[in-house]
Amino acid sequence: MRERFLTGYNDFVLPFMIGMIFILSYCAISLVRIIMQLPKEDRKKFFISLVTPKTIAKNIRDIFCDCLFHVKLWKRNKLLGYMHSSIAFGWFMLIVIGHIEVLFYVPHRAKLFYFPIFFRYFVAETESTMKGAFFFFLMDFFLLMVLSGIALAMIKRLQSRLFGMRRTTNPSFLDLIGLYSLWAIFPLRLIAEGFTADISGGSFLTKSLNHVLNSFLSDHTNMLPAWWAYSCALGVFFIVLPFTRYMHIPAEMLLIPLRNAGIKIRHARKGLAKAQVYACPSCGLCIDACPMGVMKTHIKDTTVYLNRQIRRNNEARIEEISDKCLLCGKCTAVCPVGVEGDKLRIAQRSIRRYAINQDYSNISAQMLPISPGNISPAAVSAPESAATVKNGGKVLYYAGCMTALTPVIRKSMESILTKAGVDYELMDKDGGLCCGRPMMMAGRFDQARQMVEKNTEIIMNSGADTLLLTCPICYRIFKEKYDLKGIEIIHHTQYIDRLIRSGMLRVDKDTTRYVFHDPCELGRGCGVYEEPREVLSCAGELVEATKNRKESICCGGSLGSLSLGFDKRKSMTENALANLMAGAPDIIVTACPLCRSTFNRYADRPVEDIAEIIDRKCVTSAAGPASLNPGGSN
Amino acid sequence: MDFGFKISPSSAVNLDNVDLTLYNRLLEAEPDICKCIACGSCTASCPANRFSGMSVRKAILNLQRGKEKETARMLSNCMLCGKCTMVCPRGINTRHLILSICKLYKEEAK
Repeated sequence: MRERFLTGYNDFVLPFMIGMIFILSYCAISLVRIIMQLPKEDRKKFFISLVTPKTIAKNIRDIFCDCLFHVKLWKRNKLLGYMHSSIAFGWFMLIVIGHIEVLFYVPHRAKLFYFPIFFRYFVAETESTMKGAFFFFLMDFFLLMVLSGIALAMIKRLQSRLFGMRRTTNPSFLDLIGLYSLWAIFPLRLIAEGFTADISGGSFLTKSLNHVLNSFLSDHTNMLPAWWAYSCALGVFFIVLPFTRYMHIPAEMLLIPLRNAGIKIRHARKGLAKAQVYACPSCGLCIDACPMGVMKTHIKDTTVYLNRQIRRNNEARIEEISDKCLLCGKCTAVCPVGVEGDKLRIAQRSIRRYAINQDYSNISAQMLPISPGNISPAAVSAPESAATVKNGGKVLYYAGCMTALTPVIRKSMESILTKAGVDYELMDKDGGLCCGRPMMMAGRFDQARQMVEKNTEIIMNSGADTLLLTCPICYRIFKEKYDLKGIEIIHHTQYIDRLIRSGMLRVDKDTTRYVFHDPCELGRGCGVYEEPREVLSCAGELVEATKNRKESICCGGSLGSLSLGFDKRKSMTENALANLMAGAPDIIVTACPLCRSTFNRYADRPVEDIAEIIDRKCVTSAAGPASLNPGGSN
Repeated sequence: MDFGFKISPSSAVNLDNVDLTLYNRLLEAEPDICKCIACGSCTASCPANRFSGMSVRKAILNLQRGKEKETARMLSNCMLCGKCTMVCPRGINTRHLILSICKLYKEEAK
């Protein structure tokens, strides 16, 4: 290749250069600001993770898989995945090969920023390109790939259902400018390169276009307007980028290392929260996922709109959106970039100030059951339980507030424990403290922490080595926020599964068809999917719902929502119920007292907790529970 | 002269002297208060009742009578567990109501 111009410059590079310098400096400043906003220990953690080989490898892999190949979107819908990865990966390859071309043919120009972008304008073809057989072919190939992606993007605007999306986001004004300039970039590049293909060389796309253009626009002076237009489209895109959803491109590259460093949201608007808000690509996958979406009025309360309002600092709407959410976490589960919609909302709630602040210092552990001065005689008279702690000591059963309102679950669980011969004690028989999760969901962390401390004291003093919970809401906070050394925290689905496996419980199997509803806090919250299914398949035939496991639909009864009234939840419950009907089950089974009572209100067939089923189905006669108790304290 | 007993101070509430500005603001934010039939389901299910006498029913009543201090004291042990919301036969969102009271009224009563 030889150069056409001695200076290696033309005025049309200016719009591109202005845009590029603007966006690079904007990103650099934002990057420094977000890192400075992190709390000190988080910042240290982040920097350490950047030099740890394991996280470096993970960062690189995630950036390639998520930002370029969009693996998560491929898994969701092939067409959606192809659309995104063709644009992202194709564009990335155009940039990379563009730079290689420059280094290969005109290495002395490599320091010029714009040269790889407008390479074909500045050079003339010689023998060295092998008639464009290699580099030019690749460039044209990737350009075609991007163009096919752009074509799909245009179709998606009209027919989003083809891409597996029922609803998409309403773009804002600036989003549209960004969108149109992005769409314009690649066709304009094709035309610009088509005009110069007879001088600079080209391949199957550009060369052919050149023949077409030459047939009616033979004058070479026509090429400049095309290059100007291409440069302007790039310039406009880069200048509006920080104010549009396309900010997700640079922000996601920061979010991935932050996430891999294990950093959590500490501030509602700063640090990680900010990175997440900017990393939101407004794709709208959360709109279809949101259980509130069954009512059209709630569509604007989904995570994508929360992110938009946070970027606009629209406080009134932020409060409304964050208070309404059920915190089921489904938007987090489906989000392709890892925006944590539920945690982001809790963080927004936490900055609210209240004039009355709850304080539990007046409650002493003595006022509650299972405290040193208050241990029931049964527990005291069982000294061997202390001696055989290692061999499976006492089980402390914390029913929790919600189970207290569905006493059948507690009764069934107690009956199961008795049948299995487990030495257990009830922690809140005559009322106890709340676990703190509802307070945590309301964003009042100080109050929640006080409850956590009080409960920890009671549990640590109880001498138990297993804490059994029948409520996933409690289970989650016990797992996440309690520090109970030496005490195993276990949900009753897991515990029943263990009892059955170890032979302490024998269950009769029949042909009843069960469908299991994954409660939000148990499934998405704690990742417990298998155990309840294992247990149910011991009792009967297990059928699956249309959307299950990670994508299970919230029952609508969640405590997560602060402002959603009772009347507004009905359609959500009915929608969730309809989802469970796919396998024509006889009984709807769940493992959460709240889901149970919510479903029970509207279901046309029995709704039961897993403990009720097992209690009814288990065989007691087989052998004395004592002899079947391998790890027990008998 | 000591009779061994005293006349206890009057516990009558003169509704003409009660300043209901805050209550009216609360009513604006939480019109559902009017739905309350004072059935006491919330009181019966409340886990904080035994510690601070918390009761949404009484809290509403106290606010209507201008006894804000009592309400603030009751609320001080509320754990926001949501049981009252679940049992309310009128479907009042009591959790949001409690948070609104916490926002509007002052704590000085304690």
